[in-house]
Amino acid sequence: MKYEYKLYEPSWCPGCGNYMIRTALKMALEELEIEPHEVVLVSGIGQAAKMQHYIKVNGFNGLHGRAIPPAIGIRLANKNLKVIVESGDGGSYGEGGNHFIHAIRRNIDIAHFVHDNQIYGLTKGQASPTTAMGQKTTLQFDGVKVEPIKPLALALTMGAGFVARGFSGDIPHLVSLMKAAIEYKGYALVDILQPCVVWNRVNTFAWYKNRVYHLPEDYDYTNKEEAMKKALEFDDKIPIGILYKEEKESYEDRFDFIKNGPPLVDRQLNPMDAERLMEEFR
Amino acid sequence: MDYSVLIGGAAGQGMDTCAILLEKTLKRCGFSVYASSDYMSRVRGGHNFFYIRFSDRKLYSFSPRVDLIFAMNKETVDIHRSKLKENGFILTQETIEDIVTKLGNPKVINTVGLGFILKYFGLPMDIAAEVIKEEFKEGIIEINLRALEEGYKQSKNRYSLTTFKDESILINGNQAVGVGAIAAGCRFYCGYPMTPSTGVLNYLAAHSNEFGIAVDQVEDEVAALNMALGAAYAGVRAMTGSSGGGFALMVEALSLAGMIEVPVVLINVQRPGPATGFPTRTEQADLRFMIHAGHGEFPRMVIALRNVEDAFYQTVRAFNIAEKYQIPVLLMSDQHLADSVVTVKPFDFTKVKVERYISGEEEVVDEEYKRYRFTEDGISPRILPGKIPGQVVLVDSDEHDEWGHITESDEIRTKMVDKRLKKYEYLKEDIQEPWFIGKDKPENLIICWGSTYGAVREAVDRLIEEGYSIGALIFGDIWPLPTKRLLDFGKMAKRIIDVEQNATGQLESLIREVALMKPTDRILKYDGRPFSGEEVYKRIREVL
Ligand SMILES: Cc1ncc(C[n+]2csc(CCOP(=O)(O)OP(=O)(O)O)c2C)c(N)n1
Ligand SMILES: [Mg+2]
Repeated sequence: MKYEYKLYEPSWCPGCGNYMIRTALKMALEELEIEPHEVVLVSGIGQAAKMQHYIKVNGFNGLHGRAIPPAIGIRLANKNLKVIVESGDGGSYGEGGNHFIHAIRRNIDIAHFVHDNQIYGLTKGQASPTTAMGQKTTLQFDGVKVEPIKPLALALTMGAGFVARGFSGDIPHLVSLMKAAIEYKGYALVDILQPCVVWNRVNTFAWYKNRVYHLPEDYDYTNKEEAMKKALEFDDKIPIGILYKEEKESYEDRFDFIKNGPPLVDRQLNPMDAERLMEEFR
Repeated sequence: MDYSVLIGGAAGQGMDTCAILLEKTLKRCGFSVYASSDYMSRVRGGHNFFYIRFSDRKLYSFSPRVDLIFAMNKETVDIHRSKLKENGFILTQETIEDIVTKLGNPKVINTVGLGFILKYFGLPMDIAAEVIKEEFKEGIIEINLRALEEGYKQSKNRYSLTTFKDESILINGNQAVGVGAIAAGCRFYCGYPMTPSTGVLNYLAAHSNEFGIAVDQVEDEVAALNMALGAAYAGVRAMTGSSGGGFALMVEALSLAGMIEVPVVLINVQRPGPATGFPTRTEQADLRFMIHAGHGEFPRMVIALRNVEDAFYQTVRAFNIAEKYQIPVLLMSDQHLADSVVTVKPFDFTKVKVERYISGEEEVVDEEYKRYRFTEDGISPRILPGKIPGQVVLVDSDEHDEWGHITESDEIRTKMVDKRLKKYEYLKEDIQEPWFIGKDKPENLIICWGSTYGAVREAVDRLIEEGYSIGALIFGDIWPLPTKRLLDFGKMAKRIIDVEQNATGQLESLIREVALMKPTDRILKYDGRPFSGEEVYKRIREVL
């Protein structure tokens, strides 16, 4: 397959949800007929954030929690590149929480796939921003003492135009979400529930499997109030699907010269063009 | 001839307008102008002032000894009276109060004052009238022209200066950096407002639509450098900037730039620290910080900007060097250079070149492109993502192999560290020796860096006139530190005097470390105010 590296075997644990997410991502790219050189996967650091090493496309594997800023830079520099941010719940909502909020404000055209295992995987089991209150972890041995973040609700209140939730155990469904997110013109959040088989013994595959359900056929994803209810539903039942979708102008398109011209990377640079700047200092 | 005017008052009284009008008028009269501002970190009240110095020969510094004080409030008189030359004059608010009242708009005090000052020096009014027409909005031009005239009438000729043909531009350090970035073809700039660096962000934002530069006001400086790196990875020339505190937040990403070998340009417009320090004042205390910032070991270049022309040419050069070596290039400015408005010859755009060092398909020799291919000089051919079908570009903040994939191999690790650091050897070919001014084989050698150039230059010129054997080395390229001239001149000198705007002598210690040479004297200043030529002159005299 064209997204396959010959040499590199994932360093994920057997049974990790990341494998399914990788499969879904490859299928989504394949079905959208996106060539490896036409897309950039941007990530931070964490288990999820190693995705570029196991799927052959352009990759920017940056710093923990800092996947969104380079993704914005890439999009502004070359609007012809598809940009996908692939990172964990820790990187996306913890270390990079500020970038998450401001990416929504910009509505930059990227798809953000959060591998939400409700734990810090790579650093061996500390609570993440989505770990439930009271849950015992390797660090919080007597239980987490802070409330979890509600990423989808937060995204909705910030005005995100595409808010979805998927489950790594439901590949066909996840593929459809990923495709919709990649095709969406603007910031698209897909929070992907993913079991961590080693460090999260509460939110196991079965735990998710027993709770997730598809949003009904007649669900109206343009209804924000309804979306908010669904975004907060995270107990016995967890809805998956596109909770909310709304067309909005993307950040790039708000720059006329980006919208109406060639990608910035393709423009000629001639110092003499700048000589006229001297006039304002005369 | 060499005159200096001080305009002082509280923030919000509109001295800025008066200063700009006077600076522009003096420039158009063909004088060399050097205007330095002293302002507080507040929007209203307090005490702010400008030194506006002008002459028929080239000026390198401001002068704290003034011929005229335009005092918009009493405080200005109290604070600055001692700076007045013997035959100097104080124009107080009271002197022109009646005219302002008559004109019925308190804001015109600026232009009344301007008229008064021009007549005092015997300069024509029509040039100022032109400037007013350009600077003011339609509705208020008329009243300001009247104010100018009234002020002019009220005053008496003290001098009658002749004017010259004006061939200069009037520009400050931040603007010069902005012009340099545009000339270099910068297509991406982002920043978070922080005095005194905001001028660069403002300048580029103002020209972003015209030149097609994506300018982003980021959520924080952590985002800033990471974002610039994304843009640079995608293939545009990218830059970010801040002052010391903001640069501190960029440090992790600076290390990332070193690791992923993505070229980027960054500017730190220094202000006094630690922490918030003096937001609107000047210092050169981030030298060691800029040289060493970032965890791990990786190559970088640090260039200190010495004056506005240097700011322009070095900014362009910074982009070329960043791309040639695929390293971060860090520019250092400071509040004094950033905010001082000076006249210079228009920049020569034929002298600057854009050199990109981006590889095409023919240079991809491997079946699967290796972003970090081991090469003789440590620089791997750089292709851009999306440009060559079938090839992908992978950069990684983890230690990586030649393809950019995570590795834990001890052997590859060693080779990669060597590869990155090897660039230093080749970078040395591009390093420029410090400027030298002064007498041949000087017995007394000044060493300094960055914006202290102007004050040192003025002091050295004066000391040479007085018969001293003195010269100065002014560092622009400061990391890696060029040592050839330093050693040559150092050997001949009896005295080596370090002049810096910091408390610990950071260049001096660097020279001891790298060149194994020990300066004999130190002239340090860290009160947040810039050195004037006068002050440097006096302090060198104390040492000699
Ligand atoms: C600045 C910084 N702080 C901390 C770390 C250590 N660290 C690496 S990954 C990680 C958390 C990973 O959790 P998450 O983002 O949820 O990814 P997962 O491994 O669960 O997929 C941490 C704390 C780091 N690399 N950099
Ligand atoms: Mg996680």
